[in-house]
Amino acid sequence: MTVVAPAEAATPRRSQEPRRRTGPLRRIRHSYDQFWYAWAMCAPVVVILGVLVAYPLVLGIMYTFTDATSLNVGHTIGVNHIPDTFSWVGLKQYVDILSGPDNQFWPHFWWTIIWTFTCVALTVSLGLGLAVLLNRQVRGRTFYRVLLVLPWAVPTFVTIFSWRLLLSDGGAVNHALGFLGLGQPAWLSDPFWQKVAAIGVNVWVGVPFMMISMLGGLQSIPAELYEAAEMDGATAWQRFRHVTLPGLRPVSSTLILLGVIWTFNQFNVIFLLFGSTNGDSVQILVTYSYRLFFGQNPMDYAGAATVGVLCLSILIVFTEFYRRWIRRMQGAQA
Amino acid sequence: MSSETTSKKHLGRGQRGPLASVGLHSVLAIAAFVAAFPVAWVAYVSLGGGEYDYQHPQRIAAHPTLSNYSHVLNHTDFFTWLGNSTIVALGTTVVGVLVAASAGYAVSRIRFLGRGSLMYTFLLTQMFPVSVLIVPLYKILANTKLLDTYPGLILVYCTTAVPYCAWLLKGYFDTIPVDIDEAGRIDGLSPFGTFWRLILPLARPGLAVAAFYTFLTAWGEVAFASYFLLSPDKFTLSVGLQTFVSQYNSQWNYLAATGVLIAIPAGVFFYLVQKHLVTGLTAGGTKG
Repeated sequence: MTVVAPAEAATPRRSQEPRRRTGPLRRIRHSYDQFWYAWAMCAPVVVILGVLVAYPLVLGIMYTFTDATSLNVGHTIGVNHIPDTFSWVGLKQYVDILSGPDNQFWPHFWWTIIWTFTCVALTVSLGLGLAVLLNRQVRGRTFYRVLLVLPWAVPTFVTIFSWRLLLSDGGAVNHALGFLGLGQPAWLSDPFWQKVAAIGVNVWVGVPFMMISMLGGLQSIPAELYEAAEMDGATAWQRFRHVTLPGLRPVSSTLILLGVIWTFNQFNVIFLLFGSTNGDSVQILVTYSYRLFFGQNPMDYAGAATVGVLCLSILIVFTEFYRRWIRRMQGAQA
Repeated sequence: MSSETTSKKHLGRGQRGPLASVGLHSVLAIAAFVAAFPVAWVAYVSLGGGEYDYQHPQRIAAHPTLSNYSHVLNHTDFFTWLGNSTIVALGTTVVGVLVAASAGYAVSRIRFLGRGSLMYTFLLTQMFPVSVLIVPLYKILANTKLLDTYPGLILVYCTTAVPYCAWLLKGYFDTIPVDIDEAGRIDGLSPFGTFWRLILPLARPGLAVAAFYTFLTAWGEVAFASYFLLSPDKFTLSVGLQTFVSQYNSQWNYLAATGVLIAIPAGVFFYLVQKHLVTGLTAGGTKG
């Protein structure tokens, strides 16, 4: 796959200059030198990713065509090595998962889509809103910024334990709601409120990253554009709509893509908030597949890997469409 | 004269009525409160000495005590976990940032075969669900005798952090003028020397962001750590904290105290890099 973003092709290249200055022999030697160094510098990444991502991925895809469980995959107990004994079953895993008798996949699939869409929409818009506010002249800006970044800076396994306390039946959130005379939902046990709680906590965790990135994007928009818009009599909303949003597009398109990928595969929030036993309907595909794994005995490697591969395929298809869409928008603009 | 005109212009643009000011500050204050409250709550609960105090928060205010901290520090493996987490997180930061920086530099400066597909592969690796990789990774680590060791975990963490960092740093290197490389080469530096002596020092803000991101990824990771670490003396904080809950029958007060102790290093690290955070992240974002 050779996908080169148009922006990359436009950046000036060091290698083009000496080509004009030197003879053909030296040019070849020079480019060889450069290629050699380029590969030497990329080699560590390629080796690490190759050994620890590509190879496991191939193995993982292989498992999806087998009936591997924790009992028949080769493992080592003490000094005894037990060899692999699983057998090939073709596409049986895929058929079982997509249309099997215990139809677990589709409910989790739709919930994952809703989860990803809602979380990304909320984190991006809240992040953008806060970034716009922080980008103004505000007294105590650093103070606000430090507080607002806390959810990102403190490890999730600490903050999510705190959310479990806050959202528990007699917890502070329900105390506050009761004080205001509102209902007190069972955040951590009722299926509907579990989903609301999961989205809420994930948005809480995700906003700071979006906010800081958007803030950086805002600061790179030249102030002259705003001045020119103001001279032309644009209102605050028009300035936001026609200067800020287009100016942010390079940053926000990348952020939305990363946000979708990260949210789709968000493991920590749901795993830590609901533990490994409760909350079956709130599991997104990634945690569902993790559960196929650790939640039962024998652990269902093949099933877990199959769900994982399905996740990966969904994301690849989405990314391809998204990139095309972005490219078309860029083309329409130019 | 000139200062007068700029201040005038500033007043015109940045001007807002007192009502708007109040609105702005109240929105920011509410947001900051929501962001900080759960963190503050952990700190508050950690002061309650009794096992069930977290269910009756009003009791804590009456008898705040540091007994949880002394218990955690003196009677648990906290320092072992802290040491392990520090080794793993710092190791991941050093290895990950160096590897990501060299790859990002190569992709940013040199037009070699396959750089487009390399960037796409970086994006692709972000999509892999933990569950596909975990069993094969376990086998690989077991075969190479890296299971239950620091280097094994560091390498695994690098796979999750390096692709994004390489992306981010590539964007940052793009903003450094190529003239600097050229000057270095004319003065007789090798391409690697240019990278090491000229570009890396100039890219410090970008490196700080990459380091922050890598450190946090490693410091807070749960799934891999709980599967690849077997012996209790190798546990990192995230694993240790979980055993702690079951082992002590969900004693949230100890958990909260440990949480506060964990949050402090992450907060300090954040404070050190936060000045660079805004500029660094953007540079990465603008070049997709």
